[in-house]
Amino acid sequence: MNGDTRSLPMLEAIGLGHRYGPRQALEGVDLRLERGVFHALVGPNGAGKSTLIGLITGLLALQRGTLHLDGLSLPAHPRAARRRLGVVFQQPTLDLELSVRQNLLYHAALHGLGRRQARRRCAEELARVGLAERADDRVRRLNGGHRRRLEIARALLHEPRLLVLDEPSVGLDVASRASLNDHVRALCHERGVSVLWTTHLLDEIRHDDPVVMLGGGRVLAQGPSRQLCRRTGSDSLPEAYARLAALEETPA
Amino acid sequence: MTPTAYLHCLVGIGAREWRRFVQQRSRFFSALVRPLLWLVVFAAGFRAVLGVSIMAPYDTYILYEVYITPGLCCMILLFNGMQGSLSMVYDREMGSMKVLLMSPLPRPFLLLCKVLAIALVSLVQVYAFLGIAWLYGIQPPAMGLLTALPALLLVAMMLGCLGLLLANGIRQLENFAGVMNFVIFPLFFLSSALYPLWKMREAGPWLYWLCAHNPFTQGVELVRFALYRELAAAPLAWCLGLTLVFALLAVLTFDPRRGLWRRPAGA
Repeated sequence: MNGDTRSLPMLEAIGLGHRYGPRQALEGVDLRLERGVFHALVGPNGAGKSTLIGLITGLLALQRGTLHLDGLSLPAHPRAARRRLGVVFQQPTLDLELSVRQNLLYHAALHGLGRRQARRRCAEELARVGLAERADDRVRRLNGGHRRRLEIARALLHEPRLLVLDEPSVGLDVASRASLNDHVRALCHERGVSVLWTTHLLDEIRHDDPVVMLGGGRVLAQGPSRQLCRRTGSDSLPEAYARLAALEETPA
Repeated sequence: MTPTAYLHCLVGIGAREWRRFVQQRSRFFSALVRPLLWLVVFAAGFRAVLGVSIMAPYDTYILYEVYITPGLCCMILLFNGMQGSLSMVYDREMGSMKVLLMSPLPRPFLLLCKVLAIALVSLVQVYAFLGIAWLYGIQPPAMGLLTALPALLLVAMMLGCLGLLLANGIRQLENFAGVMNFVIFPLFFLSSALYPLWKMREAGPWLYWLCAHNPFTQGVELVRFALYRELAAAPLAWCLGLTLVFALLAVLTFDPRRGLWRRPAGA
């Protein structure tokens, strides 16, 4: 735990398994996220993405396997792990009746930031997402793309090392989706934040992105997008995914 | 995490609760109208029917309105405590509970901060009610308004923790109607809020027993005596003990998963 953790992966999961009653939602999932890299987690609805996110964020209790975040074992150090983690949930979680700044200050307080520091961090993050002028507007008045940006700004207030986004582009138009994606990639490059971006929209993934494909609660494949295509003899990621999913369904 | 981090967190949760309260003026209005209706309409009507003899902590014959004022203060705390529990169910369904739970501070601390924040907002409403009651002619000793403050805070915490405990057992938002019927009304009507306990004894021994053992009765009596600058030791002990028990149970039964992920049937 002590010493330099920079040589460790940002997140390492080995043999994760999770069941809801009789239903096995995840089984034998291994996952490794590198520092400062944009990772994509893909899979259709019911593939186990939300369960995996639940385990990483600590909102679901670990049932089987091990999970280390920045070298910290998750069941043993949940609070230290939460400090290193920024999350954008699939459902919007902003307070619509409060202003942009009030939403951010609330989050900063939850992370124990003092007032002066909180105000400074708010100003920085709002400037970054281009919402500085909207700081005093009620969130209800923002459009969907701006609300998502605000949620990302909020998730970054306490300067986490890993940013997890659970289907952040759902419900956005094409232009907002692209600009959100670019924005998050810039965070990786400029600030060395690791990103786990879950989506079922495969066009958001670039050739050299490391991709984790989930299907039926298992990891179907893992590796750079281009490599997954080559391995399956596919021209595109959707095609590669379809082939891998079909392979999985064929009884051995 | 330093002690100041805990303080910042508490202040932040309190500030959010306050801002939400200020924004929902209708909530403030209805929280005030309800006890005022009881005071001005119900109590005035029953004044003639129910004579209240000299009894502690009052040193003269009192009007029925004077008698029920402490109970109505506690009614505000009761409704707000339960409404707070509703808002936690709502928060769970709307996802903002997740934001709270991603804080690196301990979860029991976060939950109790939330209950305390709701309690403090309720106190503002109680004092607004007492202010109007004062103008209406119900004037307890001025110092009593001050000595009632810690009593009101304790009762608010007790009811808030009870609300949180109930919220843990509620699956969906709609069940709040059940809480009204099976929790709020029995707590309120089977207490010393509207009638002195000795009147209940006349009505029947089992009714008296229920009223005497109702936590809400203890809260009302604590506030009643505090409002007249007296310390009611037994109700204080009851309220302290129950607050601890409710808080402990609420924290222990809190399950962050509930409402966040759908449970499959049969699970």
